[in-house]
Amino acid sequence: MSKILVIAEHQCGQLNASTARTVSAARAVQPEAVEVLVLSDAPDAVAADAAKLEGVSRVLTVARAENAHPLAAILAPQIAKAAAGYSHVFLPSTTFGKDVAPRAAALLGVAQVSELMGVESAHTFTRPMYAGNAIVTVEADPAQTVVATVRTASWPAAGQAAGSAPVEALALEATLPTHTRFVELRQARSDRPDLQSARKVVSGGRGVGSKENFDIIYKLADKLGAAVGASRAAVDAGYCPNEMQVGQTGKIIAPELYMAIGISGAIQHLTGIKDAGTIVAINKDAEAPIFEVADLGLVGDLFKIIPELEQALG
Amino acid sequence: MKILVGYKRVVDYNVRIQVKPDGSGVVTDGVKLSANPFDDIALEEALRLHESGVADEVVIAGIGPANLGAHLRNGLGMGADRAIHVVSEEAVQPLTAARVFLKLIEKEQPGLVILGKQAIDDDSGQTGQMLAALWDRPQATFASKLEIADGKAKVTREVDAGLEVIEVDLPAVVTTDLRLNEPRFIKLTGIMKAKSKPLETMELASLGVESGDHLKNTHYAPPPKRSKGVMVKDAAELVAALKQKGLL
Repeated sequence: MSKILVIAEHQCGQLNASTARTVSAARAVQPEAVEVLVLSDAPDAVAADAAKLEGVSRVLTVARAENAHPLAAILAPQIAKAAAGYSHVFLPSTTFGKDVAPRAAALLGVAQVSELMGVESAHTFTRPMYAGNAIVTVEADPAQTVVATVRTASWPAAGQAAGSAPVEALALEATLPTHTRFVELRQARSDRPDLQSARKVVSGGRGVGSKENFDIIYKLADKLGAAVGASRAAVDAGYCPNEMQVGQTGKIIAPELYMAIGISGAIQHLTGIKDAGTIVAINKDAEAPIFEVADLGLVGDLFKIIPELEQALG
Repeated sequence: MKILVGYKRVVDYNVRIQVKPDGSGVVTDGVKLSANPFDDIALEEALRLHESGVADEVVIAGIGPANLGAHLRNGLGMGADRAIHVVSEEAVQPLTAARVFLKLIEKEQPGLVILGKQAIDDDSGQTGQMLAALWDRPQATFASKLEIADGKAKVTREVDAGLEVIEVDLPAVVTTDLRLNEPRFIKLTGIMKAKSKPLETMELASLGVESGDHLKNTHYAPPPKRSKGVMVKDAAELVAALKQKGLL
């Protein structure tokens, strides 16, 4: 029988939404237990949140000052130690999980399944390759621990359980390196919804034309209560910061509504949105590839259409 | 300081990938192959560190079949000093690639290793982190800025929350993100010079590396297609359609 350890992602004492999605993927394996490991300097609040997730049978915490920031070189040795006794170790395929999971896998001497999107059996999974242009069935060696990052856009968030799973402190003997030090995190302050978990997303591309013009994207998003994303072209051109990039090498998202404005739709961008519920495309070029995947398309000048949209929204 | 750069050849990013009808893989016959874009960024960064005097040698390494030499010559043409070709007819998975690079590190003793954050064929994004673990050295993934001084690297990383800055002791493994730099084009003079630069080949089997290819890719399928949508004529019609879908 399988027993799965999910590594919690958290910031500022709060459980990240990606963890609940990772728990859903773990449950799809139909294991005898799903347990969550919280590595932090102060894990209590995060552990309490994780304990309320449906399907979680136990939460383990490791409180160490070194765990104040999610540094892979610090976390991976602890994860490798904690993995003993588990058949699978799952992390979300966010920058946190992508950074830490391969390091933990290598310490365990095992391969890693990246971007797990489907579970066929305890050791058979599907994952995307070639920017999502091939969906590959992967068989892992049952004799080894399966380390995987979970493509969060493919999984719903686990719901809230009626009660709370027990929380226990875990004693780990792990020597931690001092060669890697956190300096700072530069974060744009925003009251807008989080791009990765938002129900609605409005994205702008090269067609928006400048950083100043991007204001109309923010305005429309605010009117809709949406998060704001961008194509690689818009980020490269400096219209908006890197954390807004959606696509193969940026964020992979699955909102109920995705509005692509002034985005031509390169395959690398489309792979980041193909799980969206409804895709709306607004572009002046009727031949743009974005229209091939859009559920609703509107050809025209975005600077004329957006004000009209805002008016129609009332 | 010597810099070791991973230089992988992949299907060009502009190619529309087709899955073979029998599901045994993707069509690669006659398809354009190019350097992994993130590896070009890795090489560019190494060359800039060479030009600014921080590094004194840039060595590129690739794992692949006998005809990989031409690809490595391109890297030499871009400006690398030396190339190492680890010959393997079979594609290797990230853990094996990391074990191969560890062998090269033991031999070359670089002060810095720069790899792409992911290869755009298998999209695994693992090799750099695995290598750093096996080498027991720091990793700085998804780098968008790299500053080296006093045996340390200050690295700005593109993370979901924004930009994270970390400091690592050298030697270390850095993996590149898109905005670290814009790789230069290969000049004709570079191609001419590349012909006389050293390109060492070694058989993967001769390195004594344990295989880490524990995953079997048993079936390839095209992604589910989204059905063709409808075109609306103006903003009012769009809003009406969204309301009908219950999205507004």
